[in-house]
Amino acid sequence: MCLLNITWVLKEIRGMNPSNLKFPVAEERQKMTETKNETVTKYIVISSDKVLPSDAAMKIYESEFSVTVKETCFGLIVTGPKDEVQTVIERIRQLDKNHIFIKDRGFPAGDKRRCRATLGGGPRPGFHFLREEVKMLPAIGAALDELEEKAPLREKLKEKSRIKVSVLEKIIEEELAR
Amino acid sequence: MAKVFIYPANSLILADLIERFGHKPLVIMNQIREKVTSISLDSPPLNITPEDPKLGLRYAAIEVPPGVRGRMALIGPLIEAAEASIIVENPPTNFGCVGCNRTNELMKYLIRSKGVPVLEIKYPELDEEAHDFVSKIVEFLKSLPKEKLGHDEKVADKEPSEKETGK
Repeated sequence: MCLLNITWVLKEIRGMNPSNLKFPVAEERQKMTETKNETVTKYIVISSDKVLPSDAAMKIYESEFSVTVKETCFGLIVTGPKDEVQTVIERIRQLDKNHIFIKDRGFPAGDKRRCRATLGGGPRPGFHFLREEVKMLPAIGAALDELEEKAPLREKLKEKSRIKVSVLEKIIEEELAR
Repeated sequence: MAKVFIYPANSLILADLIERFGHKPLVIMNQIREKVTSISLDSPPLNITPEDPKLGLRYAAIEVPPGVRGRMALIGPLIEAAEASIIVENPPTNFGCVGCNRTNELMKYLIRSKGVPVLEIKYPELDEEAHDFVSKIVEFLKSLPKEKLGHDEKVADKEPSEKETGK
C-alpha cells in the first residue's frame, strides 16, 4: 500500500516515471545475477593497395555475424561478441594478409566517452600514436611480404640484382589497382 | 603460446606481429576494457576507483606521484603475467596517456629485472630499418615456446642471453 502511494506521488505530483526508479535492494539483486559480457572491440588498420576500408566493411555486412562496424579513415572498428569478432577479423585479414593490421581497443565503437561527436571535435585520445604507426605500415607490410617469400632479409638488402618478373608483375598489379 | 609484454604498451605494430606469429600480446587496451566495460560501473565514467592507486603501491612507493601509481595499477598486472617482452626504444610519440616517462622507466626496469627473455630494438625511421626491425622481432618470436609454460619452467628460463637482450 505504502509502495503504491510512493509511486502515485512520484508519477502524479513529481512527474517522474516509476519504472525508471531502482531501489537499493533491486540493484543489489541485479548485480548478483549479472554475468560478464564477453564483448570485445578491435581496430582493423588497412594499409593495402588492393583493399579499401569500405571493401572490408562490405565484407562484414555480407556476413552473418552480429557485430557493430564503424568505418574510419584508417580502417574499421569492430565491436561484438569475442568469438564472432575473432572470426570476422581473421576473414578480413585474409583479404590482404600482410597489409592489414589488427589491435585491441578498450572502448566500444562510438562510445560517448571517446567519440569526437560528443567531445566537441578534435582527434580522440590515442589517435596520434596510431597515426605515427600507420606511416610505418607500408614498410612493415613489405618486410612481411619478403619474409613470406622465405628470402633472407639482411642479405637481400646488401646485394644488388635484377628485379624478378614475379615481383615486377606484382608492382604493376598494385599500381593498376590504385 | 607465450604472453609477450610490449613497450609501448599500446603499439599496433607490435601487438599485430605478436598475434600474427602465434603468441598473446599483453596490451594495455585489454586492461582498459576490463575497467570501462564492466556492467556495474563503480565510479563512472572511467571507473577509476580509490582501489587503483592502492594497487599501484605494489610497484611504486607512496612518495611517487599518483599518476605513476595509477598507471602501474593497469600495467603492473601485465608485467607480472609476462613470459617474454619486446621493448622498442625511442618510439616517435611518447605523449598523452603513455607519455609519463617515470612510468615508462619503471615499467622497463621491472620487466628487465623479471628475468624473462627481452628483445630491445630501436624504432625504425627508414624503410630498410623496418625490414631489419621486422626480421628481428620474427626471429625472437619464433624462438619463444609455442606451448604454455608452467611456473617452474618459467623460472628455469629466467636467464636471458646477451643475444636476446639485443646488446
